[in-house]
Amino acid sequence: MPDRSNANPKSAALARFRRSHEFWLLAVIGVLVSALSLATDSFLTLQNLFDLLTSNAFTGILASGLLVVLIAGHIDISFTATASVAQYLALTVGIRYGLGWVALFAIAGAIGVLCGLINAVFVTKLRISSIIVSIATLNIFYGLLIFTTGGNYITSLPKFFRDGILWFEHEDASGVPYGLNLQILLLIGSFAVAWLLLNRTNIGRQIYALGGNKDAAQRLGFHVFRINVLVYGYLGFVAGVASIVQAQLAQSVTPTVLVGKELDVLAAVVLGGASLNGGVGTVFGAILGVALLAILQNGLVLVGVSSYWNQWFVGLTILVAVSTTAWSERRRRARGSP
Amino acid sequence: MMLRFLRGGAVPMLSLVLLAVVAVFWLLLGDRIAGASAMQSMAFQLPELGILSLAMMVTLLSGGLNLSIIATANLCALAMAYVLTTHVPAAHGFMWGGWQVIAILAGVGVALVVGLINGFVIAYLGVSPILATLGTMTMCKGLSIGLTRGNVISGFPEPIVFLGNGTLAGVPVALLIFLGLCVPIAVLLNKSPFGHKIYMIGSSEKATRYSGVDTKRVLLGIYVLSSLLAVVAALVMMARFNSANAAYGESYLLVTILAAVLGGVDPFGGFGKVGGLVMALILLQVISSAFNLLNFSPFLTVAIWGVLIIGVTAIGVVLEGRGISRR
Repeated sequence: MPDRSNANPKSAALARFRRSHEFWLLAVIGVLVSALSLATDSFLTLQNLFDLLTSNAFTGILASGLLVVLIAGHIDISFTATASVAQYLALTVGIRYGLGWVALFAIAGAIGVLCGLINAVFVTKLRISSIIVSIATLNIFYGLLIFTTGGNYITSLPKFFRDGILWFEHEDASGVPYGLNLQILLLIGSFAVAWLLLNRTNIGRQIYALGGNKDAAQRLGFHVFRINVLVYGYLGFVAGVASIVQAQLAQSVTPTVLVGKELDVLAAVVLGGASLNGGVGTVFGAILGVALLAILQNGLVLVGVSSYWNQWFVGLTILVAVSTTAWSERRRRARGSP
Repeated sequence: MMLRFLRGGAVPMLSLVLLAVVAVFWLLLGDRIAGASAMQSMAFQLPELGILSLAMMVTLLSGGLNLSIIATANLCALAMAYVLTTHVPAAHGFMWGGWQVIAILAGVGVALVVGLINGFVIAYLGVSPILATLGTMTMCKGLSIGLTRGNVISGFPEPIVFLGNGTLAGVPVALLIFLGLCVPIAVLLNKSPFGHKIYMIGSSEKATRYSGVDTKRVLLGIYVLSSLLAVVAALVMMARFNSANAAYGESYLLVTILAAVLGGVDPFGGFGKVGGLVMALILLQVISSAFNLLNFSPFLTVAIWGVLIIGVTAIGVVLEGRGISRR
């Protein structure tokens, strides 16, 4: 097939986009959103979109961090345990010494980075696959946390924390306030930071290169350990931030509630087109992956499907999505075009 | 000499670790850990995790992973439990036994379907095993929750309960089932052409394909086998609890991977023996039972398991490093 698109760079970019994973995701989400808007009055309302963003902020923020680790060619599932540890310690210390927002996020972030560093050291030095390392560290972090805390809740949170943040506040006709809350603010922020890191820095290119071909990157003189420290440290930091966001939304600290969500986050990022082999994945795709799962579950509830069937639909979506992606890639490779 | 012994694989290293661990606990606990009743309680707890670990191991050997084993087991258990609770109580005589066999066949049927889906998606569509089985795991669990609304199905006939709680000459039946599976699986892996192909695919799928092996069919077989092992685990698990539920045994999922890797199975595929896995399972069980007797939290046990796997791998890396420098 003659490639006429060279003449016009704009249409070339458009043609490339139409073949991309993100295009198909966007199309599916578009169909889903239109169907839900037609089928229900409650989907396309400010109230629902606000709730959707707020309740999925935790998954979204974690997805932005996990994406970076996946692109570097690793995998991590210990981040929910990291988040639990960070949440518990930061709020325990915070309540004890009457600390404010900045200090809370700083403590949670620092604990997250520390846990990430532990992962990075084991992944680099032990030469076993990162999934095994992170299964082990998940059990270590979580086991020690529950052992030392006895699994106790923290419910008496300070008032400023319970109130949260609401900027650009305005009320709708029925008096329900909307605005930019802590969850939405940090959700947007974390994706923005991940985008900057991956697309606008030298390190971002190194992360893609390392994930794409580790041996080549090493021979080019990339410092593999340093990149591993960065990606795992980053995910740890993000997990710390997400944990505070989640505690604010839940209005309590429950050390047992976060672990078990790691595979949901992984599913969202992978739906967004990130490859487990590394080197592939975009922030836009990850956003769409999180959005698709969020809208799907929200839509099922609005349409009136019993929430008991939620997980079945999510599983079906994952299986269909990964199968069609793999199938189209296989066919494209068989035809010999890039 | 010592180094060569230790580098001989997982079994020698683990037997040393096990010996040390047992010695320490024996000093701390005396006969409470080494006595007959302690042995028997360990023998009751080991098989569930053991059979599930076998199901995980066969996929790990091929360089894959099966995250759906627990969800498959629960779905199968629910299918079996449904038949057992709806048809068996009303049946008499021959059909009383007949329906129990049908129940087990129903479970096997469900396992076959899940195994075929996993195998097809992984082998013929080329989806990475983590993603494919993440999808089927979520679907199976979703189906279990959707159909039962998260409720428990309980109350099984005596022969089924016997599988989980009975003993033959003092040995738990469940342990006998586990050991009865270990031997044929070990033979299958080490002596049969199918087993050799599994190891070959684990070492290099491409090279295996180019040498004329139908790797897709072998992969399909591996995931069906893994599912069939999961249904045996389902039977033992539901028999022991005398009930089935969508969410039983979920904490086992990651532990099965830990047990296999601790037992010397290479998570990249190609290496690992059933003997190593059994040693690792015994080690994990001894630690868990001893901690239980010492009144430590089970969560501390899980943390120690994590430390153990990192520790054993680290020792392996260090030994390997020294071995290379000597040569």
